[in-house]
Amino acid sequence: MFKATIYVTLKDSVLDPQGVAVKGSLHTLGFEGVRDVRIGKRVEVLLECESRAEAEKQIKELSEKVLSNPVIENFTFELEEVA
Amino acid sequence: MRFAVPIFPGSNCDYDCIHAVEDILGEPVAPVWHHDTDLSSFDAVILPGGFSYGDYLRCGAIARFSPVMAAVKEAAAAGKLVIGICNGFQVLCESGLLPGALMRNNHLKFRCDIQPIRIENNQTPFTCAYENGQVIRIPIAHGEGNYYCDEATLAELKANNQIVFRYAGENPNGSVDDIAGICNKAGNVLGMMPHPERAIFDWMGSDDGKYLFKSMLQYWKENSRAV
Repeated sequence: MFKATIYVTLKDSVLDPQGVAVKGSLHTLGFEGVRDVRIGKRVEVLLECESRAEAEKQIKELSEKVLSNPVIENFTFELEEVA
Repeated sequence: MRFAVPIFPGSNCDYDCIHAVEDILGEPVAPVWHHDTDLSSFDAVILPGGFSYGDYLRCGAIARFSPVMAAVKEAAAAGKLVIGICNGFQVLCESGLLPGALMRNNHLKFRCDIQPIRIENNQTPFTCAYENGQVIRIPIAHGEGNYYCDEATLAELKANNQIVFRYAGENPNGSVDDIAGICNKAGNVLGMMPHPERAIFDWMGSDDGKYLFKSMLQYWKENSRAV
């Protein structure tokens, strides 16, 4: 069994209005050094799979096809074998 | 002209669309469940607004994989008319039938209003009963209507006259180039954030939306009988 942690983030070229709003409130709270805030998603997937290579292939595919929208988002992931 | 209105769990404008077809066109229209896989007996598909699958993951992201969408893709490929309204627009973008994506409104608020919309292309099956440049009043109701595409895609949309509607006056969501609705290259698939089915009688505040349905019927009558 493998556990994948997938991080889906907006592309740099895409404005993140949530991030802008949070940055504003951080400034209001006195965190004036905050220069930028970008908000993304973290998805955890438990995957029954024979090999690490196969798990990587499947996680990449499902992230491209479902978990992220390639028009506006990028993704990265970490993979670990679990009992 | 037979219309199908696919219903996903969480759709909520389905019966508004059905009533619009019945009341304005008097043509047969049927609700279609998201598990259905055959739309071959229909001439047009209306993907309704709402919150399919609770908008989980992204708006339209789960609906895209429902069985009925394979049939919608077949209908689009066959040149049948497919229109996605609001959540339906989001589903069409997620499924790749239309380019780009719909993101959170740039001000983060849900916007519910009657919005002036300008007809940018009346040479489509959905707008042939309007005049170019005509400003119509159609309700909007969305939190994620901020149309986004990269510059290359925008240039292509402009070059092919695929921008069908733009917001007139204030842009309610921050969409690229004030886009309110686009069609595919072939012109038979349209996505729009405003709700024409909510503007079909004067007592609704506007009846400007009814000409969109009339356009579809007019186009169908002119183009399908020869087959």
